[in-house]
Amino acid sequence: MAAHAGPLAATDARSVRRRLAGDTRVRIAIVVLTLLALSAAFASQISPYDPKEHLGITTLNGKPPSLAHPFGTDPFSRDVFSRLIHGTRVSLVIAFGAVALATTLGTVLGAIAGYVGGVVDSVIMRVVDAALAIPPLLLLIVVIALWGSIGIVPLALLIGNVQWFGTSRLVRAETVALRDTDFVVAARALGVPGPVILWRHVLPNAVGPAIVGAALAVGNIILLEAGLSYLGIGVPQPTPSWGNIIQDGSERVSDLWWLTLFPGLAILVTVFACNALGDALREALDPRQLQASPLEDTLHHSA
Amino acid sequence: MRRYLAARLFQAVGVVVFVTTFSFVLIHLAPGDPVAGALRGPNVSETVREQWRATYGLDRPLPEQYARWLLSTARGELGYSFSLHRPVRDVFLDALPNTLLLSGTALLLSFGLGMAVGVLQAERPRGARDRWMGRTLLVFFSVPDFWFALVILILFAYRLPWFPAGGLKDSFGYDYLPPLAKVRDRLWHLALPVFTLTVLTAANAARQQRAALIAVLPSDWMRTALAKGLSWRAAVRKHAFRNALLPTITLLGISVPQFAAGSIFVEKVFTWPGVGLLTVNAIGARDYPLVTSGVLVASIIVVCAALVADIAVAIADPRIRLS
Repeated sequence: MAAHAGPLAATDARSVRRRLAGDTRVRIAIVVLTLLALSAAFASQISPYDPKEHLGITTLNGKPPSLAHPFGTDPFSRDVFSRLIHGTRVSLVIAFGAVALATTLGTVLGAIAGYVGGVVDSVIMRVVDAALAIPPLLLLIVVIALWGSIGIVPLALLIGNVQWFGTSRLVRAETVALRDTDFVVAARALGVPGPVILWRHVLPNAVGPAIVGAALAVGNIILLEAGLSYLGIGVPQPTPSWGNIIQDGSERVSDLWWLTLFPGLAILVTVFACNALGDALREALDPRQLQASPLEDTLHHSA
Repeated sequence: MRRYLAARLFQAVGVVVFVTTFSFVLIHLAPGDPVAGALRGPNVSETVREQWRATYGLDRPLPEQYARWLLSTARGELGYSFSLHRPVRDVFLDALPNTLLLSGTALLLSFGLGMAVGVLQAERPRGARDRWMGRTLLVFFSVPDFWFALVILILFAYRLPWFPAGGLKDSFGYDYLPPLAKVRDRLWHLALPVFTLTVLTAANAARQQRAALIAVLPSDWMRTALAKGLSWRAAVRKHAFRNALLPTITLLGISVPQFAAGSIFVEKVFTWPGVGLLTVNAIGARDYPLVTSGVLVASIIVVCAALVADIAVAIADPRIRLS
């Protein structure tokens, strides 16, 4: 794979790995995502209470952070720390499920459009153009408002279905550039069937943009899900998610500030880690961005 | 250039047709019917519901409904809001100026701010200033819109009661204020929502501006500018900046969806009576005509904005203008 000089000339695996290993952003992202994965996996062991249990509807409702309840309790007297930990699981399952779907759809459709070309290309890309004109949040609002509240799995499927458009454009562009390179033409001349060429020769070289797209999409999807849950049309109660914990406190934001603060910080840190990873990956896979100007280093000292 | 514009216009019309058809299909695939929702309760007999269905043409075959719907949408008749008991068009026309005021002000401020930050970063890519600015931007880029709005609301309206917690103007004494105080009152109410939306959208603008500048830095004309003795900073600010303005025009056009989504949350948190708050309230009231037309109108605005931006680029870029 490293031998093929694709359009991204410097994407040989070893140098990409070297650039990523030295990047602070990558380390931060790995630490944050590992901690999140652990708390999602061991949610029941970590959280001190049942996230759905009303601990004392008249005595323990809306209590500020204390030793017994480090992140306070919500208006229904549920422990916010336990809900936050369990919410990690819900948010991550939705995010990674939706990203897996979106990346697969975007890569497959983008590669087909770019490789086959002609009418197939036009149809797929016009649909993508049209879909990109509708902001995903608005599209989801319409669908969910019309269908009423939906479960976690349909929500992940739905979000995945509205997030693949950007990826398909990137992968198509990369495929079009690869279609007429010597090694693809050679494979075609040897009689290798189209799908095999796509899978063995084109996709491995076009996968860079798909990976960057996926890292950035995880952050986007977490934001989308949180936003929908805050509007009360995302993850249905009593299942906790970061967004709907904030919604629980939205009637009295100033009194119950802990319901806004802690889940919001969790979202911010997670999305920041994903975006930092996405930025680092993009720079590692497309180092042209960095070499802004060979002259610049020598010149800005004299300026 | 004429051919390019014609193709681009044709594409935009195609997208609008697709979006409208898609909305219609979506509305009719959805379970339940609007009449049952609007006329809830045991006291409404089935005969009354049938009458309503006949009145609104919901008993006709689907293709006929589609044709009627398309015609009336094209005329700007967007249906009747069941929760507000008013035509959807009137409801929108009341709310649209408020949204345009909020989004327009934020758009100008965020692009000004974003371009300034982008230039400061691109002057020395990978330098110390580029790094810390980049990280700060990434934080604002990663922050949930609604959460940032809530934090600003808690801090500057409740904890430090410097600004009003929401609304367009003072709900009691506004009509009795002298003219100058009226302006002051409006600006005072505008401050927090505009600040929030500006910060949220400036992060993206700055990131794109930086990328656009860095992309043009290795050009031959930059080398020429430096060779004739221009300082690096002057070359970036005069030559690179102007050349990086083209992607900025495109970005202005395609950032409209971001403003649409951002203003939904900002309007909800600050109870700003615009299209966003209208849409959010319509979801709660299960007011389908209002929700779907809100999104339809927003999508058409998004398509038009991208079209206008592409036309502006075609006019500004001699490579396209003269082709």
